[in-house]
Amino acid sequence: MSAFEPVIGLEVHAQLMTRTKIFCGCAVSVGGEPNTRTCPVCLGMPGALPVLNAEVVRLAVRAGLGTGCAIQTTSVFARKNYFYPDLPKGYQITQADLPICLDGQLLLDDGKVARIQRIHLEEDAGKSIHGATGTRVDLNRAGTPLVEIVGHPDLRSADEAVAYLRALRGILVTLGVCDGNMEEGSLRCDANVSVRPIGSAVFGTRVEIKNMNSFRSVRDAIMFEVERQVGLITDGDRVRQETRLWNVDLARTESMRSKEEAADYRYFPDPDLPPLHLDPAWLDAQRADLPELPAARKARYERDLGLDLRTATWLTDEPPRADAFDQSVAGMPDLAAPFAVFLMTQVQAQLQRVERTWPELVDAMPVLLRICGKWRGGQLSNKMLADLLQTGFADLTQPLATALTGAESQAGAVLSDDAALEPVVDAILAQFPGEVAKYRAGQKQLTGFFVGQAMRQLAGKADAKVITALLARKLDV
Amino acid sequence: MTTLAAAEAQIAARDAEIGAFLHVETLRGSTDGPLAGLPIAVKDNIAVAGQPMTAGSRILRGYVPVRHATVVDRLLAAGAVLVGKTNLDEFGMGSSTELSAFKPTRNPLDVTRVPGGSSGGSAAAVAAGMAWASLGTDTGGSIRQPAAFCGLAGLKPTYGRVSRSGVVAYASSLDQVGPLAKTVREVAQVYAVIAGHDPHDSTSADQPVSAVAWRDDLAGLRIGVAREHLDAAEGLDPDVQARMHDVLRALQDRGAILVPVSLPHTRHGIAAYYLVATAEASANLSRYDGLRYGQRAENPQTLEALYTQSRAQSLGQEVQRRILLGTFALSAGYQDAFYQKACRVRRKIADDFHAAWQTCDLLLSPTSPVPPWPLGQMTDDPLAMYLMDAFTVGPSLAGLPALSVPVGVDRQQLPIGAQLVGRPFDEATILAVGDVVQRAFATGAA
Repeated sequence: MSAFEPVIGLEVHAQLMTRTKIFCGCAVSVGGEPNTRTCPVCLGMPGALPVLNAEVVRLAVRAGLGTGCAIQTTSVFARKNYFYPDLPKGYQITQADLPICLDGQLLLDDGKVARIQRIHLEEDAGKSIHGATGTRVDLNRAGTPLVEIVGHPDLRSADEAVAYLRALRGILVTLGVCDGNMEEGSLRCDANVSVRPIGSAVFGTRVEIKNMNSFRSVRDAIMFEVERQVGLITDGDRVRQETRLWNVDLARTESMRSKEEAADYRYFPDPDLPPLHLDPAWLDAQRADLPELPAARKARYERDLGLDLRTATWLTDEPPRADAFDQSVAGMPDLAAPFAVFLMTQVQAQLQRVERTWPELVDAMPVLLRICGKWRGGQLSNKMLADLLQTGFADLTQPLATALTGAESQAGAVLSDDAALEPVVDAILAQFPGEVAKYRAGQKQLTGFFVGQAMRQLAGKADAKVITALLARKLDV
Repeated sequence: MTTLAAAEAQIAARDAEIGAFLHVETLRGSTDGPLAGLPIAVKDNIAVAGQPMTAGSRILRGYVPVRHATVVDRLLAAGAVLVGKTNLDEFGMGSSTELSAFKPTRNPLDVTRVPGGSSGGSAAAVAAGMAWASLGTDTGGSIRQPAAFCGLAGLKPTYGRVSRSGVVAYASSLDQVGPLAKTVREVAQVYAVIAGHDPHDSTSADQPVSAVAWRDDLAGLRIGVAREHLDAAEGLDPDVQARMHDVLRALQDRGAILVPVSLPHTRHGIAAYYLVATAEASANLSRYDGLRYGQRAENPQTLEALYTQSRAQSLGQEVQRRILLGTFALSAGYQDAFYQKACRVRRKIADDFHAAWQTCDLLLSPTSPVPPWPLGQMTDDPLAMYLMDAFTVGPSLAGLPALSVPVGVDRQQLPIGAQLVGRPFDEATILAVGDVVQRAFATGAA
């Protein structure tokens, strides 16, 4: 295994966040009664002609600018010919020789730069629904605008592939190009995988893997495929060029079609669509309109807020979350880093238990910041904080911000005045004379034990720092 | 002038014999407008909502479009009364209207002969008085040649001048809708209504449509004559050739100057046209798979069988031939030698015309090298039929406006047409000159 290195390149399809389809006025939507979001154009009726949606162009250009591509002032739509029931015209309108963006790159977390070959525009096909009584076709999705982002085979491990996909997704979501939802298929990833002996300059035979709809699947599928290919070679066999599907249930890739069965798509320029010309002045305006991109944001988090790489990356991965974070910590640089960690640990832990999503949290961000501040300032004990978050997140009857505010007011105030805490501390010391003796003999770490006992007595609703101070005063005399 | 009542009477009296119509149904639009009350026939590859549209193919039997083509909207808004859908070679692929899946159309001037094609039904309808004017479509000559064969005027506008929205595509980079009528002035009347930008067609040009300045005097007008399109043309009928010289003399008599020009790539026109057109057609016709509309094979055992059986059963031989030719021309390993090379030749042909515009204002040639032939004469020889397009495919490949004008008859009393080719978007000049030519050769004048 160690004698081989994987060579991986990703092809990512991202659904553009437009209101209408790429070549007609039908609404882009997930779901809807089958074949209701359709018109003569996206149904491929005789005589219907495509008219390019300008918003599609704007979003593709943003994707290109966000990935450092050279935006092409002239690009050409082409027809990709094949027969399939969910492809109404018998060809897909895409871009072939002259795509809208060329030669970009992505900066990965480890500092590596992975190159992007091209980004092109295309229309999605419909959906074939295979059932017991036959196949049914839903053309609601036909004509949904996509960009395909084709990466160079620059990636050398499954983890790098995932890092590439995360970086790309972060950019697309930040720019409002794509919602980034892999489960629902608005972000789809195919991987070209080959292996070669370490030190070899030529590529091995490549296999294309499809049907991976989560980061986890991308990682697992590539790891499986690399192992499979290395196994074949070390057994004296060879890798066949083919397309394989990731079977998530059986955790393996399965052959779909071989190179011999690959279609000849007979690409040629679509005569229904003139070449797409972009005005350089308009392009400049698009360039000026870009928000802060994830790489810059991450660098700012590390440099200005003192976040570690892991926290900065985690925060940046979901741009709406990072936006809300930025807004809520504006003007409080001291609280920013602890708040980020608070989100990544305490809040993230809650999300793994309850049916809440990060978008809901965006609204609750100011409340979470206030709670974090109280906790940091000692007005909430660890126990109180844990109870508060649990109560607030578990209450699904109201918006999270409201639920948390309610839980916050019920949490009450922490006990922090000496007058209230001193009798409890005295009682604990009286209860454990042996431990007191050991402490005085030098076992200072017993402080934790005493604090724990006191907190138990006080049901966790006390400021541990005050108790610690009281103990020190009583024991260290 | 043909009125609605007269047209309806003629349809009742003659269409059983002529076979110009696939569907007869009156549809009235606005009550006034520049075409108020005028009966117009529409080729059956142009959508009229609510009326069946077959494009001359069995594969579209039963298909009823839900929207009007843009040109139909415009006709109705201008007051025209639609009288029915006219016959055509299947999907516009033919030059005689014998290749309709349903029936051949006969030439009303001599019913033993073809009316030309593919807009033969549209031409025959007007020639027989079953419509005042008609709409055809022209990909490589399909308006001009039937106009010539039926003694009519017919205009293929500049590519992009008239919307293709709602028009069944044959070869999208070549297809144009245009009018046929008895006179150039009537053609101009319909043209003025259908021309102009349409946001539903991305290839539609946003260019102003200028009015025609009708004239009698052609002083100073430079008429280009390419020897490749006249005296050096192969297979040109001697009567047709002689008549073109008559036309040139008549133009000179009115002050025009004849300018010899060269269109050296003419001889590659047919080859380039039949590669570009069939390549585009091979993709355009993929949608006819029997799945969403039209005819589907019964009980296919596999998906592939569904496609192959539906298409083999319902597409005609010539259509299948062109799909195969076009598919081959686009195939991996052959695309450069065929489709790409044809596109390069196409640019050369366009360059030839562009060079000609340096020295002339319009070009004159025959529309067809021969007069209308007897039915059945060429149905077994597709290549011979393709060669009949020698003079019409050049302007189509170059996207130029071209008008066929009737210039009398030959010794057998068969009509002859002259083709006037203009600069891009300069339909006004060829219409004005065409009007002069037509009046010079009005019946008896030749």
